[in-house]
Amino acid sequence: MKRLKKETDTQYKNQIRSRGDKIFDAIVYLLLGLAGLIVLYPLVYIVSASFSTPADVVSGRVVLFPVNPTLLAYQQVFKNKRILSGYANTILYSAVGTLISLTVTILAAYPLSCKRLVGRGLFSKLFIFSTLFSGGLIPFYLVVKNLGLLYTRWAVVLPVALNVFHIILMRTHIQTAIPSEMLEAAEIDGCSHVGKLFYMVLPLSGSMIAVLVLYNVVGQWNSYFNAMMFLKDQDMYPLQIILRDILVMNSVSSDMTVNISEMILKQGLADVLKYALIVVSSAPLLIVYPFIQKHFVKGVMMGSMKG
Amino acid sequence: MKTKIRNVNGTNGTKADKKIMRQKMRQRMWQDRQLYIMISIPLIFLFLFSYWPMYGVLISFQKFSPTRGVFGSKWIGLSNFKRFFSTPSATRTITNTFRISLYSLIAGIPFPILLAILLNECRGGRYKKAVQMITYAPYFISTVVMVAILFQLLDPRTGLVNVFLNKLGIGPVSFMTDQSLFRSVYVWSGLWQTTGFNAIIYISALSAIDQELYEAARIDGANRLQKIWYIDLPGILPTFTIMFIMSCGSIMSVGFEKVYLMQNSANLAVSEVLSTYTYKMGLINLDYGYSSAVGLFNSIINTLFIVLVNTISRRTSETSLW
Repeated sequence: MKRLKKETDTQYKNQIRSRGDKIFDAIVYLLLGLAGLIVLYPLVYIVSASFSTPADVVSGRVVLFPVNPTLLAYQQVFKNKRILSGYANTILYSAVGTLISLTVTILAAYPLSCKRLVGRGLFSKLFIFSTLFSGGLIPFYLVVKNLGLLYTRWAVVLPVALNVFHIILMRTHIQTAIPSEMLEAAEIDGCSHVGKLFYMVLPLSGSMIAVLVLYNVVGQWNSYFNAMMFLKDQDMYPLQIILRDILVMNSVSSDMTVNISEMILKQGLADVLKYALIVVSSAPLLIVYPFIQKHFVKGVMMGSMKG
Repeated sequence: MKTKIRNVNGTNGTKADKKIMRQKMRQRMWQDRQLYIMISIPLIFLFLFSYWPMYGVLISFQKFSPTRGVFGSKWIGLSNFKRFFSTPSATRTITNTFRISLYSLIAGIPFPILLAILLNECRGGRYKKAVQMITYAPYFISTVVMVAILFQLLDPRTGLVNVFLNKLGIGPVSFMTDQSLFRSVYVWSGLWQTTGFNAIIYISALSAIDQELYEAARIDGANRLQKIWYIDLPGILPTFTIMFIMSCGSIMSVGFEKVYLMQNSANLAVSEVLSTYTYKMGLINLDYGYSSAVGLFNSIINTLFIVLVNTISRRTSETSLW
């Protein structure tokens, strides 16, 4: 299929292109370039600003590249204990949350993929209905409270562990990518469901599991709402909550700037610190994603196949 | 059905057949017991975090006190709803929610489709890949960081945008506190963040279009604009319909996270939406019953909307979610 497409592509290229065609191509290139620039410029500016001196940023001398490059802001960021503990917490929540969510997803997806399961339709309906109607914020909060999860780390990972969209993705994968004849043959040979899950389904689901790991890690890394609602103890805060305090609510704490003379502070060290913080907190995902984007796209496409 | 049973067992007594059927079913369920044990774990999660809160919705009809619980609290009928609709907050939050989501729904339609078609038309492989990669990078930026970027770049004194505007001789614009600009800042920053990602689904729809159609169009002498108009756009229509239905389902639920972070006392008149109001009434004022009633109203509207749009779509275009 891919080769066929390539062949038609080269056919196109070999054809003598009309003038209208050339103009059309030029417009396509131009518009795409524009779209790329609109997205890229703010990102480049933020990185450059984070490496520049406060005075240059505030006065608008930083346009594209860093002016008088310095690591001042980064030194301050990495000295900050709250940011480091937030980082550690986020990594912890991402890891544990992903593990739990993945387990729950697979335990739901495999039974739902077995066509002979009595009650399968009912189970599916129960899962789907929960996506159409929700009890709302307060009843949800009260449930977490009644379960005794409030103000514990579990409140960040357990309530979001079940994700119906993920279950549908995994189930579709099992149904389409794993030949049912193979599973049937295993059953005739006396293999139990647990055996089939461990020896056949899981080894053949590597790519889908990678997609789900991604979704979970990105989701957990970027979320702040549950932590804001359910946590009280500063030591448990994930990075996003700490970012919110510093970046949005403007509480640059004194321990971040205490060592620097007041004059520089006035000239906007706070600003540069914020740029550095934006970079430090977003960099892991932005650096990793070009390598994993193939899987991410695959997940989206699988999801659309269902629709 | 009855004849079917007879055929299977070769006997006539339907009662006995049913008994055999039931026995067989039980046998099969016993064989599949491992499956039931597996699915019981996700079901526990489902009931705890989805269905228990649905039951908890009952407190909307109560003067709820946490110490007494759902059983002990006093039932007050629709008073909580009446109270909500009698306050000026009701019309204000409902209109705000509706205007913000309608704005982002409509503004969000053309750009992902346009980007997908442009990428599809682009012949330079590397250039195409680079643009694609860049445009969906912002999707990975968290809401908190996104709002922080807005605050930084739009800062009236030091922000990049205002530094530019200053050079052009336009006075500083206070984007984050200006009521008339709130919606635009919200919607366009959202588009900046999600257009590339939302285009993926259309790109995959475009790649699924039958190549023979293009071949036929070429033989008929269609130019590229005509190919886009007569093949590409109809080809992605089913995908578009599904996406549209899904966004209609959330028309009354402007995502809490971003609005809440962008809120300040200056723009509250246009930025207070149902979800932030529910949060404040419930978890800050601790008015559980009342807040839950507002949330329930919101949930019901959402469900109604998605069912309505789905029905209309099924009748008119035969594309639907269910």
